[in-house]
Amino acid sequence: MPKLKINNIELEVAPGTSIIQAAEQLGIEIPRFCYHDKLSVPANCRMCLVEVKGGPPKPQASCALACADNMEVFTDSEMVHKARKGVMEFLLINHPLDCPICDQGGECDLQDQAVAYGFDRSRYFEPKRAVKDKDLGPLIETNMTRCIQCTRCVRFASEIAGVDDLGLLNRGEDVEIGTYISKAVESELSGNLADVCPVGALLNKPYSFTARPWELRKTESIDVMDAVGSNIRIDARGNEVMRVLPRLNEAVNEEWIADKTRYAYDGLKFQRLDRPYVRDTSGRLRECTWEEAFIYAAGKLKSLQGGQIAALAGDLVDVESTYALRDLLRSLGSNMMDCRTDGAQIDTQNPASWRFNTTIAGLEEADAIILVGTNPRVEAPIINARIRKTWLAKRVPVYVIGEQIDLNYPYKYLGAGADTLETLDIKAEKPALILGMGALMGENGAAVLAMARAKAVVKDGWNGFNLLHTAAGRMGALMAGFVPPQGQFSMNGIKAWYMHGVDNPVVYDHMVGKDDFVIYQGHHGDVGAARADVIFPGTAYTEKSALYVNTEGRVQMARAAVTPLGLAKEDWRIIRAFSEVMNAPLPYNTLSDLRARLAREIPAFGAIGAITPVAWSDFGKPGAVKGVRFASPVKNYYQTDPISRASVTMATCVEAFAQKQRIAAG
Amino acid sequence: MKPRIAPPELQPASFTFTDTAKVADILSRYPADRKQSAVMPLLDLVMRQMAGEVKEGGGWIPEAAMEEIARICEMPRIKVFEVATFYSMYILAPIGKYHIQCCTTTPCWLRGSSDIVKACEEAAGCHVGETSSDKMFTISEVECLGACVNAPMVQINDEYYEDLTPARMQEIMAALRAGKEVPKGPQIKRVSSMSAAGPTTLTEEAKKAGVA
Repeated sequence: MPKLKINNIELEVAPGTSIIQAAEQLGIEIPRFCYHDKLSVPANCRMCLVEVKGGPPKPQASCALACADNMEVFTDSEMVHKARKGVMEFLLINHPLDCPICDQGGECDLQDQAVAYGFDRSRYFEPKRAVKDKDLGPLIETNMTRCIQCTRCVRFASEIAGVDDLGLLNRGEDVEIGTYISKAVESELSGNLADVCPVGALLNKPYSFTARPWELRKTESIDVMDAVGSNIRIDARGNEVMRVLPRLNEAVNEEWIADKTRYAYDGLKFQRLDRPYVRDTSGRLRECTWEEAFIYAAGKLKSLQGGQIAALAGDLVDVESTYALRDLLRSLGSNMMDCRTDGAQIDTQNPASWRFNTTIAGLEEADAIILVGTNPRVEAPIINARIRKTWLAKRVPVYVIGEQIDLNYPYKYLGAGADTLETLDIKAEKPALILGMGALMGENGAAVLAMARAKAVVKDGWNGFNLLHTAAGRMGALMAGFVPPQGQFSMNGIKAWYMHGVDNPVVYDHMVGKDDFVIYQGHHGDVGAARADVIFPGTAYTEKSALYVNTEGRVQMARAAVTPLGLAKEDWRIIRAFSEVMNAPLPYNTLSDLRARLAREIPAFGAIGAITPVAWSDFGKPGAVKGVRFASPVKNYYQTDPISRASVTMATCVEAFAQKQRIAAG
Repeated sequence: MKPRIAPPELQPASFTFTDTAKVADILSRYPADRKQSAVMPLLDLVMRQMAGEVKEGGGWIPEAAMEEIARICEMPRIKVFEVATFYSMYILAPIGKYHIQCCTTTPCWLRGSSDIVKACEEAAGCHVGETSSDKMFTISEVECLGACVNAPMVQINDEYYEDLTPARMQEIMAALRAGKEVPKGPQIKRVSSMSAAGPTTLTEEAKKAGVA
């Protein structure tokens, strides 16, 4: 363990720690452009120079120099200042002075550091260079003249995103970031390029010229576009969400977010349900008041027996409202409720069966990864990035059962479905088996689940059985007990449906009868609203404080960044108010009452940010499955839910993607 | 000089190495799991092969060849492209049969390299950075090639031509155009980098070696 002094403060660090990391442990910030703690170290920007006694008498790049015994490091000496000022002057030679029209202004590393180390006038009178902008697709705006060649984007693309599309071309004054010939970056993580860029060369395209960072109200929240539960920051101005950024959480998303998480927010501005509707006698939806909608819906439900009412929970629902709906339905005398609207045969009786037990961070310990009926690249790009990270670190073998998919790391293809899973025999100490929704759909789902359980390695200190959910609301609903008795949903005799954010067309096509009464509660006019007889306008994830549970079973709290639109109300509040009209008032009047009761009944919901362990036991229904092929349910990454379907940005991505497919097809 | 990349209409659709033995030889110099080390000699091999294949002009590296190298070396195409654009000796667009690289760094410049460049331009009928209309010559200006003792000098394809005068430069180009042999190295009576006025020390040894 090397012992050294930084600015005369003694510390001991782990072997291999660089000086920049050691300084960070002491809270000393060393300026940097090219260094990024999740990427490799090229040491090419030279901004992090420090003085090291006991070494050559010249400034040293602190990002690339490992701590050694008896080093004396100075991060603030005269030599350091002089060196950094020199570096800054060189960087600014070709950097345009366009901060007033640059979107990075106000949150720019170069701008901030130029305040500290910049010279107050220029000694350079030659013309500045100009670099042609690149087309990196619909999500990333480029202003390559502003580039300072830190190569963070090149390293992000090849190391994290796994697409070797970017490179540093030419040399000397002509050096520039380029793509091979001319080519968009094909990654579900491309939005992060704008985050890693320390200057305004790569920017968030949809956000271009819409706001300044200091005008934005920042709210820490949770994403619902997939079941990863990425930690996000929602930046809003007035009552409009302006952008979504990642928030550091090493256990979940590190500091990346997927493109849908970052860019689908503009879907919150279109197709919104901002007032209640009832379907009048002519069959058209008519705007109405909450009273009218409630009384109309209650009148219908009161004319039915409890057993004739069913409720379903969709993909984006929060825990509180699902829990309240469960209570409401029970008090109406029905227990026919389900959250598995995609037909996945999840075993509702056993919590261990529907979790990502290895945990996302735990994947890094795996010595083999088996993907069964899942395409993590489109179902959960952040988990895919974690698999890639593990592969990159130790070349962990990855096996695929299901479709032959395009992953950004090499894998061994084993077979198409259940027959291969049955004969699966992987010799490994800590294999992680990741089972996708695609394997559990259809009538053989429960048998596949039992088979996967038998193949998963579970032992002291390791649980290799993982279910990868695709819906953000699913885990919370399962944990809140929003499931039918014995896990068997029966549509026999159902005359009325309470659809809580259900927008899966299959449900409406195959489960809901022509004359059934449908209450739809949700925030977008999508499939569900089109079939509804009454619409209760609810709130999207940016508009409410609510709990979500990610695929690991991690309970996380989203916070309201903006207020609900029009007459829309928070979802739990709608159900609480409706229960009053149904003469079955729920026993909580505030969100804190509800959460307190929820945590009393299911203690896991009291532990925000944590995963509550569950017991491992039998699940699934053993049975023979022959010839079943697995396919991922996500065919179009960019449009999977009402929000992303309403998003213009996502539609542009689909167009760009489809164009690529057309070119590939010839 | 920024590498000029050939426009799509000049790019051949595919490229295959004809000298597969040479490719295997190059690959054998590096460990099997470090195949990308072979990228530089392979890029060079492409230029030499293309020199024999093109109807007129000299060898250059088409995109199809970079893709082939990426495949052989098991590396991303962009990484081959990075290497190819970094080094000035990799030519990425059609070029004259003789690539004249005139050194114009200080020692050569003091010894009259500007006149050499001018002589080249006159003889070729094109400017620096351009190719002559008969596709025989491409002239470029380069930094020090490390033959300052014999300044001024140029490099033509693989060979150095030193101790030049504008007149001698034009003679060389005329000979090359006519397909005649031109002696390489110093163009005056001088052996290698020895003093132009003959040996001043070790005169006896020089006589014995037959160089004085």
